[in-house]
Amino acid sequence: MRRELLLSVRNPAASLNAVWFFVLVCSLFAIGIGPDKAQLAELSPGLIWVIALLAVMLSVDALFRHDYADGSLEQLLLAAQPLYFLMLARLMAQALLIAAPLALVSPLLAVMLGMPVPGLPALIVSLLVGVPTLVMIGAIGAALTVGFERGGLLLALLILPLYVPVLIFAAAAVTNAAHGYEYTGPILILIAQFVLAIALSPLAVVAGLRLNYYH
Amino acid sequence: MLQLRDLRCERGERLLFDQFNVNCAPGDLVEIRGANGCGKSTLLRIIAGLAQDYEGSVTWLEQGVAVPASEFRSRSLYLGHSSAVKASLTPLENLTWLSELSGPVDHARAEAALQTMQLAECDGVLCHHLSAGQQRRVALARLLTVDAQLWILDEPFTALDAAGVTLLQSLIQQQAEQGGLVILTTHQPLTGVSDVKLVQL
Repeated sequence: MRRELLLSVRNPAASLNAVWFFVLVCSLFAIGIGPDKAQLAELSPGLIWVIALLAVMLSVDALFRHDYADGSLEQLLLAAQPLYFLMLARLMAQALLIAAPLALVSPLLAVMLGMPVPGLPALIVSLLVGVPTLVMIGAIGAALTVGFERGGLLLALLILPLYVPVLIFAAAAVTNAAHGYEYTGPILILIAQFVLAIALSPLAVVAGLRLNYYH
Repeated sequence: MLQLRDLRCERGERLLFDQFNVNCAPGDLVEIRGANGCGKSTLLRIIAGLAQDYEGSVTWLEQGVAVPASEFRSRSLYLGHSSAVKASLTPLENLTWLSELSGPVDHARAEAALQTMQLAECDGVLCHHLSAGQQRRVALARLLTVDAQLWILDEPFTALDAAGVTLLQSLIQQQAEQGGLVILTTHQPLTGVSDVKLVQL
């Protein structure tokens, strides 16, 4: 996990790209929909979450690609330690690296899109628990497609349907909060999804990575 | 010590080897020979436990008892074509991480290994700025930080200069003399080592 964080400090582009994408697309929506504040505010929870989801999908594609190319992945698969824990550490590091910057800039974007202020805490919390789940699910797809030259589109087709449950509850939490309603219910479900993802996805990732080296 | 029984492997409807049997004892130095594309790398990957698509059995025996695959991984060290060296880490960081995959690493030992591989002056330089040969040396330094009984080396001399080749040959010789087992492929004649067991594929 330390190596993972160190690598990302040396190559900040990977996690910053996702944030740039997030900011730019949000601005595009603001421009595209027009200056109608009420309409923007109404759409903003769903918009921000869909864009965050796409940003995660783009960054997840590179999760194992470099390691596959330079041979680190085969060394990882031959490690003496249980692979489940190695993958768990690495997925946690990646989830942190992707979720934290997105959550950090999200209040700015929310204000830009005119989201009511009570929605902000719910947005930040939902991103902090929801995005790691997305990374874990995305990692399964990335593990399966790492051997393909152009796996990006296939990855999107594989994992976007699996993102639906997270999107439903995250957007619900933010919408509820923006309207001033109770939002702990959907957040609790997001946490449950996160716990489930963190426990199970390393298993699927390990199995998926092994398939690439089957022959 | 290492027993290969009736190995059979096909790739894309091409038979690479069939009824392949080898027994290796401690102290053996085995060179796999064969033309390009005859399955040398595949064989090494099968032995290392990376490739699973084959028939037959690979068994590591200790005092006549087969060791399970999970423990075998801590006894063996596989260095393939790709060096697994990260461009944005320093040689020491790379070496430490790679060695930790086999177990806890002594910091002083890692530094000594880099010294032996003549990488001491590259301390603190990112591997991005190192030559292919130096990066190969970083990967090979792992042979010195990890106590593995079995070395599986796929063309380890690639990109090394003459001094590097001599150094690696002496390391291989040492490993065999200490009762370890080395299995390697190479297209260079092994001049600096004695008692090489040739296996034609």
